[in-house]
Amino acid sequence: MTDTTSTTMGAAIRPRSIHADDAAKARLKKRYAAEQRFKWIGAAAIAVSALFLVLLLSTIVTQAWPALRMNYMTLPVDLSTAKVDPGALGSVNYDAIIQEALAAKIPDATSRQDRRLVRGMISTGAGLQLRQDIARDPSMLGKTVDYAVPVDDFADLYLKGLLAAKGSVVPLQSAVTVSADSGDVDLGFDKGDILTFAHAAGATEGENGVLNLTSGAASLLLEVNGGIIKLTEVSPAANDGSTAKGTVIVRPQGTAQAAGGAAKLRVIDAPESSRKISDKEIVWLEGLKGQNLVESRFNTIFFTGGASREPELAGVWGAVVGSFLTMVVTLAIAFPIGVAAAIYLEEFAPKNRWTNLIEVNINNLAAVPSIVFGLLGLAVFLNFFGLPRSAPVVGGMVLALMTMPIIIIASRASIRAVPPSIREAALGIGASKVQTVFHHVLPLAMPGIMTGTILGMAHALGETAPLLMIGMVAFIVDIPGGFTDPATILPVQIFMWADFPEPGFQQKTSAAILILLVFLIIMNAIAVILRKRFERRW
Amino acid sequence: MVTYLVFALIALFLAAYFAGRSKALSSVGGETSKLHSLPSQHGMFLALVSVVPALLALVVWSLITPGIESNIVKSNFATELGGLGIPQVEAFIRDARAIAFGGVVGFTDATKEAAATLYKTVHARSVWAIVAVCAVLAFAGFVWGYGKIAPAYRARHIVERIVRIFLIACSAVAILTTIGIVLSLIFESLRFFQQVPIHKFLFGTHWSPQSAFTGAGTQQGAVDPNIFGMVPLFVGTLLITFIAMLVAAPTGLMAAIYLSDYASKPVRAVAKPILEILAGIPTVVYGFFAALTVAPFFRGLGESVGLGVASESALAAGVVMGIMIIPFVSSLSDDVINAVPQSLRDGSAGLGATKSETIRKVVLPAALPGIVSAMLLAVSRAIGETMIVVMAAGLAANLTANPLEAVTTVTVQIVTLLVGDQEFDSAKTLAAFALGLVLFCITLALNIVALRVVQKYREQYD
Repeated sequence: MTDTTSTTMGAAIRPRSIHADDAAKARLKKRYAAEQRFKWIGAAAIAVSALFLVLLLSTIVTQAWPALRMNYMTLPVDLSTAKVDPGALGSVNYDAIIQEALAAKIPDATSRQDRRLVRGMISTGAGLQLRQDIARDPSMLGKTVDYAVPVDDFADLYLKGLLAAKGSVVPLQSAVTVSADSGDVDLGFDKGDILTFAHAAGATEGENGVLNLTSGAASLLLEVNGGIIKLTEVSPAANDGSTAKGTVIVRPQGTAQAAGGAAKLRVIDAPESSRKISDKEIVWLEGLKGQNLVESRFNTIFFTGGASREPELAGVWGAVVGSFLTMVVTLAIAFPIGVAAAIYLEEFAPKNRWTNLIEVNINNLAAVPSIVFGLLGLAVFLNFFGLPRSAPVVGGMVLALMTMPIIIIASRASIRAVPPSIREAALGIGASKVQTVFHHVLPLAMPGIMTGTILGMAHALGETAPLLMIGMVAFIVDIPGGFTDPATILPVQIFMWADFPEPGFQQKTSAAILILLVFLIIMNAIAVILRKRFERRW
Repeated sequence: MVTYLVFALIALFLAAYFAGRSKALSSVGGETSKLHSLPSQHGMFLALVSVVPALLALVVWSLITPGIESNIVKSNFATELGGLGIPQVEAFIRDARAIAFGGVVGFTDATKEAAATLYKTVHARSVWAIVAVCAVLAFAGFVWGYGKIAPAYRARHIVERIVRIFLIACSAVAILTTIGIVLSLIFESLRFFQQVPIHKFLFGTHWSPQSAFTGAGTQQGAVDPNIFGMVPLFVGTLLITFIAMLVAAPTGLMAAIYLSDYASKPVRAVAKPILEILAGIPTVVYGFFAALTVAPFFRGLGESVGLGVASESALAAGVVMGIMIIPFVSSLSDDVINAVPQSLRDGSAGLGATKSETIRKVVLPAALPGIVSAMLLAVSRAIGETMIVVMAAGLAANLTANPLEAVTTVTVQIVTLLVGDQEFDSAKTLAAFALGLVLFCITLALNIVALRVVQKYREQYD
């Protein structure tokens, strides 16, 4: 009872409303702040997803970009009858001919080690390529032709600037004398500026101020009298001068003293031991480049070749063909069966335990991990039926089983969306149930079914794990010609390349991913267009 | 030869269709109204009865002959193949087949050539057999069906019954697939559990079947059951899944809330495709991204604060898997949140609640069963995910809960046990099927629980 009295009393005095006092204002402010916070957290979630997407795509694209081009070396290859017997093209050592042509361009590489380095600068597949080109165009024979050969992957990466910097070139103030023009030489400088460079290069200091450049220091390459000498040791000398020891990489033209400012010093910051390409190779490649013998071309090998252990010879075409064959099988199995199952479940099936079981099954299959389908394929298709390993037909069957639930679910939704009036009209003019479905309902549901099918196929195209189980991870060089040939597919190729240790494969992997993504985008775009243009809403 | 057979059957199908049609028409002198069924239905009837039996025989033949042929060759060369392991025998058969039918031959010798000759003769005989069977079936079907066609014959009923049987058979494929999965997993697992006791497999804490010398089952009877303990794999899977859900659950849920309740139309037009693209990127791409970018990033980050992060840390794999699952969580939550009736929101707004209060105190509680179910489905997806962990997680089975260390998962082990040359009967490969069975059971259980949660706790508003 006291309550009532106090309320009536309060009404008379009318204090400030609890909804307008300072505490309320503070409360409201807090609530609005919470509102803003909540909103921003939501926006941040979207932003985080977008950020990841951008990061992922930009990483892939920047990685893939260099792989679209490749460097070729144009060499005068001697195909005269003395070297290549037109009657016995099969027994010619084409590699040796190309090596000879390259060695002629680099006369300074005389020691066995150097020659091996030179040989390593062009791709091991160059001979085979020359042989194929001669078989295609025999008019090359009998003369010396300028022939472009692919360079080795490390050289290619260097020329693309991905392996080591070319180095900065600075003029040297000192006048330089060279003791000899080959082998290990002594150098004399009339000033001490070379010492500063050696210090900056991180040389280790020995006794009497001798600076050792061989272990872990940046490379100093002295360009003098048209030759190039790699410095190994620098030490101070009398009259502010300095002396140095070095190895000749490119023979200088004479040992006359080079005046101050005439000699140049190239500094390559990364120490030779920590990069995959030696100073000599860099000098030779730069030399060849200076003679306009190296050119960058569109990388046709990548788009037309099969798999290879050599990054410069590896291509995706084999995997693309394998993917295509696999998808054909998948589509041929999953589409008719999926659509038929959807028609049965939507149009004919009585509501009983059997159809209920089928429905539960389909929904469960859609959620089974893909790798389990691979185990199924291994146990049933390969071991029970004895179908060939690594074959697109088996891969296609496994992917079809995996894609079918997606197609069934999409087709059912699309068939359900066709209004009953269509069916009633058809039945009313005397069509049978089968005629109604196949003549009237199915054509109207087709755009939706196609959309679902394309999305399901896009999903199957990117699937990797089940195909590892049925042996599509094998290393297959040949481009598959049929459904039972051993093949690999694009995602599996990506997986395999990602595992290879050679740095050249990193770009290849990204480029292959880019190709896969392009296919997926095309498929999804078709699905979107189909949905926008043909799908009707009743 | 088989290709020609298929073409011949297609030609027969067309010929029978037109033959049946013209016979039906001529039987009534062109007056279609006197026919019980349409001429085209008579044609279809004849085409189906002539071709379908032969086609079924062909399908069965092409499924079973490769195995039978290989077995015949194997049994004929039993002495030569006696001392070889199963991969070598497989390689032998593959090469013999390649020599016989063209293809990539590994290397060849006299035995293989002989096997290839045998292969050729066996194959030629079986091809002739199937051609003869198909011819007989097609001829008999055609003659029988042609005789049946008459004005009163109910061709439509037969055709429609065949269509219906085809439709039922197609929908039964889903059941067959499930049965195939369950049977193949159970049979191989049972063979595994004969060699390794099931309790040692489920509760053992040491997993190293890849160690070449300690009883990994390469020789029969030398299986050491103590190296097949799957607890470390299970813990590793849970750890990575937990990290993934830590990323995906809040991000996905908040993204769904923002998109359904806050975002303006232009924002939605941009954000929805972003999530769809994230969902459409193949997992192998995520795996490459994890191994190439994210793992080194976490390693560098760890080094800069003085923590040792393994280069294949659970953290990197988990975070990338979380990103992969964000669109999955957000699209499922989006459906659930949109299913909450507008009247509830309006009521809450009418009481003076702000938007966020409405969401937190009205919408989310109402949508909770659906959200829980979505999260369970996401967990099931994360547990079954393979490529990201294969490429970014480790191979060594460490029993640890430290996300900075390398752990391995069930799916990684299935892949490593089955990829490459193996002997199919060794405990090592059978273990992969046992792991597959465990994986299948876990995901199935999660899916069923997710379904039950929705069925049991969903509020019916309409």
